[in-house]
Amino acid sequence: MTVLDRLGASAWTSTPFRLAALSIAAFLITAAGIVGFLFWQTNNLLTEQVLSGLRAEVQEMRHIEAAAGSASVAEAVKARARPEGPGLYFFADRTGRKRAGNLSRLPPELEGEGGGTFRYERQAGDQRLAVALPVLFPDGTRLLVGRDIEEQRVFANRMRTVFLLGFSLLSVAGLAGGLGAGRLLLNRIDQINAASRSIMAGDLTQRVPLAGSNDELDGLAQNLNMMLDRIEQLMSGLREVSDNIAHDLKTPLSRLRNRAEATLRDGGDCDAYRAGLERIIEEADELIKTFNAMLLVARLEAGALEGSTEAFDLGSLVRDVAEFYEPVSDEQGLELTVDVGDGPEIIANRHLVSQAVANLIDNAIKYGRPDAAGGAGKISVSLRPLNHVVEIIVADRGPGISADDRERALKRFVRLEASRTKPGTGLGLSLVSAVARLHHGTVRLEDNAPGLRAVLVLPLARQGTSA
Amino acid sequence: MQDAIDESSRVDAAAGRPTSMRVLVIEDDRETAQFLQKSLKESGHAADLAGDGETGLSLAETGVYDVLIVDRMLPKLDGLSVVKTLRTGGVRTPVLILSALGDVDDRVKGLRAGGDDYLTKPYAYTELLARIEALSRRAVPEEQVTKYVVGDLVLDRLSHRVTRGGEPIILQPREYRLLEYLMKNAGQVVTRTMLLENVWDYHFDPQTNVIDVHVSRLRSKIDKNFEKPLLHTVRGAGYMVRDGAG
Repeated sequence: MTVLDRLGASAWTSTPFRLAALSIAAFLITAAGIVGFLFWQTNNLLTEQVLSGLRAEVQEMRHIEAAAGSASVAEAVKARARPEGPGLYFFADRTGRKRAGNLSRLPPELEGEGGGTFRYERQAGDQRLAVALPVLFPDGTRLLVGRDIEEQRVFANRMRTVFLLGFSLLSVAGLAGGLGAGRLLLNRIDQINAASRSIMAGDLTQRVPLAGSNDELDGLAQNLNMMLDRIEQLMSGLREVSDNIAHDLKTPLSRLRNRAEATLRDGGDCDAYRAGLERIIEEADELIKTFNAMLLVARLEAGALEGSTEAFDLGSLVRDVAEFYEPVSDEQGLELTVDVGDGPEIIANRHLVSQAVANLIDNAIKYGRPDAAGGAGKISVSLRPLNHVVEIIVADRGPGISADDRERALKRFVRLEASRTKPGTGLGLSLVSAVARLHHGTVRLEDNAPGLRAVLVLPLARQGTSA
Repeated sequence: MQDAIDESSRVDAAAGRPTSMRVLVIEDDRETAQFLQKSLKESGHAADLAGDGETGLSLAETGVYDVLIVDRMLPKLDGLSVVKTLRTGGVRTPVLILSALGDVDDRVKGLRAGGDDYLTKPYAYTELLARIEALSRRAVPEEQVTKYVVGDLVLDRLSHRVTRGGEPIILQPREYRLLEYLMKNAGQVVTRTMLLENVWDYHFDPQTNVIDVHVSRLRSKIDKNFEKPLLHTVRGAGYMVRDGAG
């Protein structure tokens, strides 16, 4: 492939070239149509003028012949035929011999009956175009009345040349202008493309440059940049999540493996093996629980509520869950007070809301013991219906969560350090926040001074809507 | 169908080993199926295996089984369709559905298709055994039983009164339901998850030993001050109400 070929190929595939060529072509076709019509009309008009003149003269000659015979026709021709005039005549007798006229001979093009255009030689080497009508008189003589139209032909020719030249100029200028404008546009698009390519290659921090012109391309670049911001957020979120998952599954997995190895190495009797295996099964069960909790959170994050919601009394659900945990808190020496009446009725997934409330109370029982020995542990569960939402509040008097960690505690698959030493998956708050999000609600963690106040906010049931 | 079990034979069963069951396992994973067959045999039950939905359906349609264990994902015909077809055909054999799908919604779908219980993989064998033994009992219509008796412990379902050795025992409503469920399955292991699902209708892992605390509270009410304990802890499995220590 030569350089030129390549240039041609790349020019043809570039959008601005094609757009310019297309618009020029459309323009030229329209212009050619208009000019062509004009030309044709003018030509017609001129030809018609000549022909009607000829017809009048033919009529006149017929009258002369009818009145005075062919000899007077010859006189009339002699009088009219000037050597260099526009009027052309050829009068012949029955045998075809010339009797009068300024044409030297009958043009070969007009030997038949009809009239038409023909070429003749006025002077040596001066070929000219003419048009003529024939007349056949009753006595057999023959007259040809013609007009010289060479000047019209030259005019038409010049017109054609001017049009062709104009069109070529127009095509070249239009194409060049279109390409130039396109090139400018293409440069901007090339910049965006180059930025996208390096971003695709893995550099997510790069952004598409803005020209500062506030035009459509800048708008496009801005949108692309916002999309990239969002992708970067999601990517880092995903990385964090997979790191957390890896950490939370790897630790118990290596513990499981260590136990199996230790059991095998220590040997001993059947009972020792049995004890070892039992501990391994326990470890595996814990692992499965953690895995299930993660799976549930992931499904909630991705899921929709459709079809799984029902209307129920939130007050009685919260009371039931609190009652369920009451013996445990009692056993732990914590005082669980439940200040919840009946209502309000909400539309939600009952199982998930029970689980979320259970997780909040479970958390309060696990972490709600006061630091100072002898401090009385108190957990309070209450409900606060507001305008469009209802708040489920579980407050404890424990060490709480530091302000920095509060937001992190609600993130997906995040276990705060404290949770690693207690039984359970440590994913309780992640799950609560996933349930809240699924119901278009929120979770807030606040300082209970001292202790933690967890607030699960759920939207109240509205008429005619489900969740 | 087994012979109708009346109150006295129920107590007998509770005293000894559970009656032997004939189980059909419809499961396409050979290793899982053989593990189940071997384990069930060791627990005193007989198990047949079917490797796909169609074979399973034609075997189940004979109606000779006490319990069916059906995997949800099966070649040729999926588990839910097997159960639906059986129910449409009038086969009432209790069905335990096994599934890797563990959402409450999946569970609801399973039960709606005609399953009697639903267990998520991976599961402990003891959990599965406890559940199918409980299922085989369903053959007796619960509503007709007005009284549960284990040893000298009596639960009257009409008056909601509980007595032991003639002495009344005062129980909270939830404690009453807990005891009712344990006594309904007297002589058989009841797992913590079964209690959670059937007494509280909760389908999540409470993370702490809530069930144990509830049971020990109940135990302090019915076994304290009595020489012979009736509410036993079965290590690694769950609980059992039973007359006699053996």
